[in-house]
Amino acid sequence: MSGFMEQLRAFWVEFRESGIAVAALFVIALILVLALLAPVIAPQDPYDLTGLSLRDARRPPGHVGSAGYMHLLGTDAQGRDLFSAILYGLRISIQMGLAAGLAALLLGASVGLAAAYFGGRFETFAMRIVDLQLSFPAILLALILVALLGQGKAQLIAALVAAQYAYFARTAYGAAKAERRKDYIEAAVATPLSDKRILFRHLLPNCMPPLIVVATVQIANSIALEATLSFLGLGLPVTEPSLGMLISNGFQYMMSGRYWISVYPGVALIILIVAINLVGDQIRDQFNPRLRR
Amino acid sequence: MLGFVIGRCLQALVVMLVMSLVVFTGVYAIGNPLDILIPPEAPQDIREATIARFGLDRPIWEQYLYFLLNVLQGDFGRSFIYNMPVLTLILSRLPATLELALAAVLGATLIGVPLGIYAGYRPTSVAARLIMGLSILGFSVPTFWVGLILILAFAVSLGWLPAGGRGPTVLLFGVPWSFTSLEGLSHLLLPALNLSLFKLAMMIRLARAGTREIILTDTVKFARAAGISEATILRRHVLKLISIPIVTVFGLEFGSTLAFAVVTETIFSWPGLGKLIIDSITSLDRPVMVAYLILIAALFVTINLLVDISYAALDPRLRGGRGA
Repeated sequence: MSGFMEQLRAFWVEFRESGIAVAALFVIALILVLALLAPVIAPQDPYDLTGLSLRDARRPPGHVGSAGYMHLLGTDAQGRDLFSAILYGLRISIQMGLAAGLAALLLGASVGLAAAYFGGRFETFAMRIVDLQLSFPAILLALILVALLGQGKAQLIAALVAAQYAYFARTAYGAAKAERRKDYIEAAVATPLSDKRILFRHLLPNCMPPLIVVATVQIANSIALEATLSFLGLGLPVTEPSLGMLISNGFQYMMSGRYWISVYPGVALIILIVAINLVGDQIRDQFNPRLRR
Repeated sequence: MLGFVIGRCLQALVVMLVMSLVVFTGVYAIGNPLDILIPPEAPQDIREATIARFGLDRPIWEQYLYFLLNVLQGDFGRSFIYNMPVLTLILSRLPATLELALAAVLGATLIGVPLGIYAGYRPTSVAARLIMGLSILGFSVPTFWVGLILILAFAVSLGWLPAGGRGPTVLLFGVPWSFTSLEGLSHLLLPALNLSLFKLAMMIRLARAGTREIILTDTVKFARAAGISEATILRRHVLKLISIPIVTVFGLEFGSTLAFAVVTETIFSWPGLGKLIIDSITSLDRPVMVAYLILIAALFVTINLLVDISYAALDPRLRGGRGA
């Protein structure tokens, strides 16, 4: 375990050298704290309908509402404080992104590792399906699945996972295929260790670096994909308003110049996605053997 | 080689068959189309007549076989909402989407390749860094968000361009197009720009990577030694060599551009295929959903098949027993 901590420390020392990546990591941490503490920070519970007043509807940023506090980012069509709605929306978006991203990692890595380890017909069949799926745009696949499965949190996560697991499977397969031929795996296979143990204790840890890189990018992608589907009205039900739905709700008011209802949730979304991608870029560079010093 | 081609074609057929089955049963499982087809106060005999007319009283496997037979004859059924043959409906929306996708991919290539070549030619310059920063944004910012900002900036605030719709179209070879009139072009510009941003980012990266490699080769060294001007080197050697991967990607990406058009068309109310599928999903127009999904799947399976076969034609090692 101490070896792992040392690796982590070495990783952090290198990570620290990139100012942009550290700043992005800080932004992600800040957003996470804001989202977690939303019920404490938010001036209003945006989904408690009794607390809303239509007299406050569609007010620009800085308006002091009937409840006596200032709406920092304005209000939406129901008189909801946008700052509060964004904090709660971030919660849902992050939750969906993490759930879908991690489930896709689990499924994809299992498929990829198993294909590389067992080989034979299973390998041909599984990787053929994965390749086929990779040639299909993720958004289209998610769209089809949402259309087929219907709306709801679980359905949406299933659609996102199905649309994204192939990236993990491809990555895990490539890494495991290279590891499989190495002596330590051959030696482990020769011992009476179970397949499960070899797969998870020997093969998987050595395939982790590329999987971590793909995971960061895919979590950002899940968040973006979920927002897109919610924007199209095919994502979460109205009771779970993610950032995408907030943007969608404000869209119709944009034409009359009430830009803030759409723009601020969008800004929050973009900051989150770009920050995750910047951290992912730095991790990729650090794991890339060709850029090693 | 022939065996390989036949094997891949069979595989593609199986994939299509499975896709059609999955899509048909999946779409069958959601919602009850009767709710849309028949008003709740309709008398019983009209109810039954409608159910029989659409074949909704038969078991699902019979409906599927019937559907498959009809599809093989080019009949995808009738839309519940528009009350016209689905194929006619889809074909009538296809030109709008094709026009949008072509404009986007062409625009991305014509702008992205020169920018990418410049970024690869002078990788340390401020402009190159700016270009690469923009390409990162193009990759990570969701399409729908960029579309909103484009509308907000150019349609709402500045009022230069229309916010949506296709505008007047001009018939050319019996098909309506927007790009032939100035008014139509002004409607096309924003959605095309929106759809092209992701491709633009990709073209910039491809062109930059290719240029950086080629600029270091002996070809370029000798060309410089021979006193050929830098502009000529870029045009004659660099552009020519990077154009091979770019053309490949151009072809491959065209399919995914059609898919991404779903988002752009919804934002800009562009009357194409993407808007049709979203509308049909929200209104549970089953025949349109099934037909769209199957046609898109066919498009991608065909593209993959062509790529596989052309790669095998170019590289004999891929023809072996593996895969096929």
